[in-house]
Amino acid sequence: MRIAILGFGSVGRGIARAILAKNLDITVTGLADSRSGIIDPAGIDLAAALAKKENGGPCGGPDVGPADVVAKADYDVLVEVTPTNVDDGEPALGHIRGALGRHKHVVTSNKGPIALAYPELRDLAAANGVFLKYEATVCGAIPLIHAMQEGLAGNTISRLYGVFNGTCNYILTRMAEDSLTYEQALAEARELGYAEADPTYDVEGIDAGVKLVILANTILDMRTALDDVERTGITLLTPEALRLAEDQDCTIRLIGEIVPEAGVLRVSPRLVAKAHPLVVEGTLNAVTVETDLAGDLTFIGKGAGSVETASAVIGDLLYIRDRHVQGS
Amino acid sequence: MKLEMRDQPGQLVAALQPISAVGGNIIAVIHQRETPAATETLDVQIVLELPEGRLEKLLELLREQGVNVVRIGEERLLYECTMIMIGHLMHTDLSDTVDRIDTTGSAEVTELSLVMPAISSPSSARITIRSTTRDEMKRAIRILRSVAEQKHLLIIEPLEDA
Repeated sequence: MRIAILGFGSVGRGIARAILAKNLDITVTGLADSRSGIIDPAGIDLAAALAKKENGGPCGGPDVGPADVVAKADYDVLVEVTPTNVDDGEPALGHIRGALGRHKHVVTSNKGPIALAYPELRDLAAANGVFLKYEATVCGAIPLIHAMQEGLAGNTISRLYGVFNGTCNYILTRMAEDSLTYEQALAEARELGYAEADPTYDVEGIDAGVKLVILANTILDMRTALDDVERTGITLLTPEALRLAEDQDCTIRLIGEIVPEAGVLRVSPRLVAKAHPLVVEGTLNAVTVETDLAGDLTFIGKGAGSVETASAVIGDLLYIRDRHVQGS
Repeated sequence: MKLEMRDQPGQLVAALQPISAVGGNIIAVIHQRETPAATETLDVQIVLELPEGRLEKLLELLREQGVNVVRIGEERLLYECTMIMIGHLMHTDLSDTVDRIDTTGSAEVTELSLVMPAISSPSSARITIRSTTRDEMKRAIRILRSVAEQKHLLIIEPLEDA
């Protein structure tokens, strides 16, 4: 199977490393980061591209851009793993449209296009007879979308809730463990690379909210946008509040919740019994799905990370290969 | 509730068993031998908590055991919900915040723990509300949410319902 990769940051490099390390029968014929690109129908030397990138250079030449890779490279699947833009989904949205228009499958980890334009992209993929897969957009390595679409097919989901943001979960874990203030825990998360220089996207619940929108729109047949999510972040939490929770054998977690029938989409700090399966430590994610046939299921795993997110992308790639791509 | 049962060994246990069968919680059992000696029945008063909607089932089970229910007492506050509030709780009139719940008549604040770390920094409180029904609890939480919005307080609600 031939793929083209857009984005050579943490996720893109994780995919490259996994392809190098394992015999996945995947050839990369196009690759682009924000400054450069390579197109090679015979297969790009991923080890060399990784080495260039890790020395601080661009992965390819300056005369090739992402749009060239999308339009000109010879691939079966476009792997779109550039950073998320929740405002208009660009430039990823345009690239995904371009690839689908060329009858190419698309696998993405980019939340923007899926949250903003899923119905349009799904229809475009269907019209062109190709797959659009996005497992990596929600909870990194946890195969939540696959589980809900395939494993739980036929179930009615009455409620879905959980820990969707590892950064917030790390901060809350540390505040509870060592009575740190929010600011101290955030500083620690930054030092460890768990939080961005501008943590707004995580700590105000935007990231978790976007994930809820993706699940609501793509699996629960809802038509929602980020503005429909009732959203409260964790910035105002105090160590005293965590102690008051602790006195009752509870703790506080940032919980994203969807109740489809009531139209509820909510991200807010909630009191949770410490023995509850959703109370996971550190940067882990955990999601409980309440269904009519299967009962309650809880998924726990790594919600971010280079190779972990690559795992979700590769799962989607092999799903497509096994069902569709011929002569790869 | 006040029960009337035959004064025979094993009858009290037989009367209590259905309570746990419907998920009830026995708070007190008052057993007085003041009934006229002429009757062969025994009067027992039981104070208990029951999940909403289980009373009919309990009465049916008790009847099957041959126990008469003489009287059912008043409902007490059975639903409990604990939340945490963060913000300038004193400066925004904490007693008014509590009053807004209490004046509903059907829900009341039964416990409040307050931590005030420093004069200028926000304080944190754990608040427990009790109510007679689930709907009254939902209403009390809605009131607290709107008060919090008005007073710029953060309310941390439980993951599970009351």
